[in-house]
Amino acid sequence: MDLILLFFIFVLAAFLGLELISKVPSQLHTPLMSGSNAISGITIVGALLAIRAGEQGTVGMVLGFAALVFATINVVGGYVVTDRMLQMFKKKGK
Amino acid sequence: MDAHDFVNLAYVASATLFVFGIKMLGAAETARRGNLVSGLGMLLAVVITLLEQGLDYIWILVGLLLGGVIGLVAARKVKMTAMPELVAVFNGFGGLASLLVAWAEFEKIRGLGWIAYELETSSNALFSGFVIYCAMLIGGVTFTGSLYAYGKLSGKLSGSATVFGGQKALNIFLLIVILVLGVIFTWSTDLDLTYKVFLSGVALSLIFGIMGVMPIGGGDMPVVISLLNSLSGVAASAAGFVIANNVLIVAGCLVGASGLILTVIMCKAMNRTLGNVLFSGFGATSSGAGDDDDREPKAISVEDAFYVLEAASSVVFIPGYGMAVAQAQHVVKELAELLEENGAEANFAIHPVAGRMPGHMNVLLAEADVEYEKLLEMDTVNPMMPTVDVAIVIGANDVVNPAATEDESSPIYGMPIIQAHMAKTVFVLKRGQGKGFSGLVNKLFVMENTRMIYGDAKATISSLVNELKGSS
Repeated sequence: MDLILLFFIFVLAAFLGLELISKVPSQLHTPLMSGSNAISGITIVGALLAIRAGEQGTVGMVLGFAALVFATINVVGGYVVTDRMLQMFKKKGK
Repeated sequence: MDAHDFVNLAYVASATLFVFGIKMLGAAETARRGNLVSGLGMLLAVVITLLEQGLDYIWILVGLLLGGVIGLVAARKVKMTAMPELVAVFNGFGGLASLLVAWAEFEKIRGLGWIAYELETSSNALFSGFVIYCAMLIGGVTFTGSLYAYGKLSGKLSGSATVFGGQKALNIFLLIVILVLGVIFTWSTDLDLTYKVFLSGVALSLIFGIMGVMPIGGGDMPVVISLLNSLSGVAASAAGFVIANNVLIVAGCLVGASGLILTVIMCKAMNRTLGNVLFSGFGATSSGAGDDDDREPKAISVEDAFYVLEAASSVVFIPGYGMAVAQAQHVVKELAELLEENGAEANFAIHPVAGRMPGHMNVLLAEADVEYEKLLEMDTVNPMMPTVDVAIVIGANDVVNPAATEDESSPIYGMPIIQAHMAKTVFVLKRGQGKGFSGLVNKLFVMENTRMIYGDAKATISSLVNELKGSS
């Protein structure tokens, strides 16, 4: 039941994503990509949950820790770079 | 309502923020706030996750700090022109993180055994095995694929397509082995066997990422980058299924879908199918029709170019990757301003796949403060081209290659181009006589109305700026 429910939101999210992006002007493609790239760092949540004391042994801990570091780089770096890009777009007076 | 429900509710809020954030990223006025909104969603997701029980906070703190500092420094230090490379690396890290999360979960299963694991997480062994393998596979492919793309983008690896005999066969063989291992991993309950299968799967997925990007030429990089971006989302979503977490599934899936849309838009801009981009080895074979042309490109000095420019009443700049490499966007903008003071109309023609990532040129010209109204899209600028006095091609090759409309044997035949060759005079700024990034011969360079200005784009434009300044 739970799995079906999760799959259900997966399908809905896919359609939502397609709808959200279909009419974006081309000058925003790069920031949009970089911004959504930062969102894909949501794996950070999975990494956090993987770092549980004494549950999956040392190897699991190390893997979780490495996942956390890489996901955090993805998240923090992704948002900052996107903001830097968008800052430049904003400067233009209309 | 217990703590678990509360956490899940907060995840829903966080997913909602992602949706609004992406929506706002799609419009120029709200884009920056949109990025902030989606950042808030991320922060909420992280903070709320920290409320889960049994976490080892010291390691978490160290990990967050370490990753945060590396990400922050990299993002702040990078030059705007090196943006595509950096985004590719970040993207790869996201994929790697998904692989590692799946692996860590598998380690948990190895520790507990399938039966205890199924009881504890109320999951289904078959399904868990399947999604763990998926998250590992997609994450691994994203990781090495992105790193390979980074190598190509930063010039550390050859930008042209690398194709060798039997490559397709080898890739198909690899894919089959990966899938067979996946089936064994999913169905087998023998933990020792599945562990070996899993490790082989990791190795193969990493190899497959490299093999997949290898035959794709540099000119196709915008497509590859947005496809890898989409994959990193799918990997995150798969990792979400592994740990049955709704925010990972929704956010990852949003990224996957939006990345896919961008990929399709890029492919359309090149008038090719995705399969064509991925498997055809575009640019690996140079166009035969161009090679028998023995006309030599005619060079022109900066002084002579200046006289032509001074007399011109309309000028169109066509920027490409060469402008990014030379970091010439600021002097280009200065030249455009001087030309306007001189009474000419100066515009910029932007091809959707110019540069190395979707909309790359828009970002660079925005950095140089070029007014948005001056950036013309291909469909607007092409009808104007015959009335343009001078078209200045700055390090763009394929997007102005007339072979795309004239030469049916050319691999880029059918790709919409900016019709620079229709302008009365064309200046091509180029570092040398070599072929473009895609390795295709460009007939524009030998046409009657074309003059080459060899040298670094920034230096060339700077001397033009000085000449113009000196004349007024």
